[in-house]
Amino acid sequence: MRIKWLENPNVDFMGKRRIAYVISALLVTVGLISLLLRLTPLGSFAGIKQTWSIDFTGGRLVQVYVQAPIDAVRSATLKMGIKAEIQNVGIANEYLIKYKENVEPDSLVKGLEKFLGKNVRLDRAEHVGPKVGAELREKALILTLVGLIVILFYIWLRFDILFGLGATIALFHDVIITWGIHSLFGFETDMTVIAALLTLIGYSINDSIVVADRVREYLGRFRLVDVSPRDLERIFNDAINSTLSRTIITSFTTFLVVFSLLLFGGPVLFNFAFILTIGVFVGTYSSIFVVSSLVLDWRLRGMKKRE
Amino acid sequence: MSGKYLWRLGLIAALFAGGIYLLMPTYRLLTMSHEEQEKMGRQALFELKKRALNLGLDIQGGMYIVLSVDKSKVKDPEQLKDAADRVVEVIRNRVDQLGVFEPVIQKVGEDRVIVQLPGVVSKERARNIIGKTALLEFKLLADDKVFADFLKSVDDLLRKKEGFASDTGKAGPFTRLLIGYEGDVAVLEENWEKVDSILNLPDVKRLIPPGYQILWGRTIVTKDGKKLRKLFLVQKRTPLTGAHLVDARASLGQQQMAGQPVVHITFDRVGATIFARLTGENVGRRLAIVLDGVVQSAPRIQERIPTGNAQITGIPSLQEAQDLAAILRAGALPVPVKVEEERIVGPTLGADSIRRGMMALAVAFVLVVLFMIFYYRVAGVIAVLALLANLIFILDIMAMLNATLTMPGMAGLILTVGMAVDANVLIFERIREELRKGKTFRTALEVGYANATRTILDANITTLLTALVLMFLGVGPVRGFAVVLAIGIIVNLFTSIVMTRWIFGYLIEDRKWQAVPI
Repeated sequence: MRIKWLENPNVDFMGKRRIAYVISALLVTVGLISLLLRLTPLGSFAGIKQTWSIDFTGGRLVQVYVQAPIDAVRSATLKMGIKAEIQNVGIANEYLIKYKENVEPDSLVKGLEKFLGKNVRLDRAEHVGPKVGAELREKALILTLVGLIVILFYIWLRFDILFGLGATIALFHDVIITWGIHSLFGFETDMTVIAALLTLIGYSINDSIVVADRVREYLGRFRLVDVSPRDLERIFNDAINSTLSRTIITSFTTFLVVFSLLLFGGPVLFNFAFILTIGVFVGTYSSIFVVSSLVLDWRLRGMKKRE
Repeated sequence: MSGKYLWRLGLIAALFAGGIYLLMPTYRLLTMSHEEQEKMGRQALFELKKRALNLGLDIQGGMYIVLSVDKSKVKDPEQLKDAADRVVEVIRNRVDQLGVFEPVIQKVGEDRVIVQLPGVVSKERARNIIGKTALLEFKLLADDKVFADFLKSVDDLLRKKEGFASDTGKAGPFTRLLIGYEGDVAVLEENWEKVDSILNLPDVKRLIPPGYQILWGRTIVTKDGKKLRKLFLVQKRTPLTGAHLVDARASLGQQQMAGQPVVHITFDRVGATIFARLTGENVGRRLAIVLDGVVQSAPRIQERIPTGNAQITGIPSLQEAQDLAAILRAGALPVPVKVEEERIVGPTLGADSIRRGMMALAVAFVLVVLFMIFYYRVAGVIAVLALLANLIFILDIMAMLNATLTMPGMAGLILTVGMAVDANVLIFERIREELRKGKTFRTALEVGYANATRTILDANITTLLTALVLMFLGVGPVRGFAVVLAIGIIVNLFTSIVMTRWIFGYLIEDRKWQAVPI
């Protein structure tokens, strides 16, 4: 099948880069504010709900036996104002309830008995320590930074420092916006969110390199001294337009995958699919309007200096 | 039919067939119910699990426990030194006896230990592993003759018993399950369950000489890869415990023992007195070192040792000497631990969520396949084949490397699949571009592959580098993601670039197609 328009698109992407900068700046600001309020002590001072999951914060873990279906137990905890993670332990009517709220196990049991109208047997109550979470969090952050530096150096080596910087900035851009929107909605940041963000970084870097590679190819056809600022902008536009069909098809197939995970994957995969569904759009957008735009502007500025 | 691409096509077919064959154990294990697994027997199940893909705790269910050294109960600061290491040693010793497959026992930070037990869901079993403080005992072994008589009496008893009489040959029905190893009686791992159940029969228990008990040794892997456990008859009486042991160090011996691995042990004053009497009265007999009811070693007493300083010799390697020393220290300085975190990941939820996730992935996969074939026609079919090969090979390699597939690993799998589709889209779009310029299909194919390959390599290598950083430095969940991604990218380079090119080559060169519908 062929889509006629995709064979010879002629969109002036670079002409719209100023508007794109504004949009990006807005989204990054919103994302940063959301992350600061949801995931740092700043927000907890202001009384805003924190969205680190029990993976990171620690909390309580209570195991009970009650003759009621899992959905009834879940709605009972919700009525008590506890957003708990509930699992069946593998034995009928034995449930594992994990929650962050500051509710004593005994009060939880009493509440359950009240709302379910059945006897509840408390089999286990434990604290899940937050310290493991903090250690993991720190290490994951350091790792991601090391990963970014490696990416920066490889692109520097294969392309140039400008593309390296552009791609790295784009990664921050993508992660902040996507994670920000996710936390804005009040969804919890758990381990699957971290996995999704790593996946997003992989997707975004792949997309950036495809565009960068074509820019490099087209630039190679000219002697740089002969190129006017107008030409340079046209080269960037041409490169983006020639890879546009690929960009759209790849984004579309990736979208198909993550969107069906979002629709059919169930609650366990929800966070993962949500991050990537937004991430596909942001990652594709940033290859054009962050990486290419920034590199173009940096090069144009370099030209002016030389004159 | 002949042609220069034919053998390559054959190679692809062979890889497919081999790849699917290697995944059969995984498929069998996944589709088996718990009852069927139990019916299989321990050894067969163990073998099957060894060949199948390991599923992580988050997918399979099991227990996740975090322990920490309970400093409030430690009085002597000396006891804190390498405390976590000793905890690891003690727990490994216990888990080993439980036969948990692929347990993870890790020291975290200075004073924490993480224990992961896939497949274990019983609180009691987990408590058995972690709840107790280590108990080290020294017990005298029974005389060889007493032990031999006992084994023979078991044979005689079984001959008379229903169910055992039929399979008697010349060899005894019991003793034929036993083998000799390093001068001791041992049992191969596959026979262990049977032997243990025989020894636990009430009739057999009555045959044990009064004042004695049967103990197993720890699991040993022999040089030719066989797993076995030694069997011991020891005195019930415990003349000496680890409480009197002060230190144990492994080293290479001096003087007449030069170059031989030895373990030096030091007792306190009370211990030295008991030890002097014990060794003096029993020169020539063997003394079993028992940790939590499992015999670790049974050296022979050479002479009376009055000083409380002894050395254990006759250990095959320095590594084993070090292990033995660690076990002795663990018993000498029992470390009180507390449970920081203990989680049961319900297998019901695991099974349910994996089923839903799998369903969603299947739907997504079918949609992508339909789209690719619809959009790229024959070339689309080729890309889909590459995609399938990619998935199969990744899972194969993971099974072969004994890597574990976790939920974040599934995320890595999705990213890899995405990149595999992208690689082919890149190639095909490039070919179409060249075709639009009026080039012949053959030229367009070559130019398309040449140009796209460079792009794909750059994109994949960047991602691979990130994956490697995460893999070597990463912690748990991040690492699971990175391993799959790294394997996936390497496989991807072959399936997306080389394999698809071969199929195009076959159609153009061997089958003389003018063009492949793209």
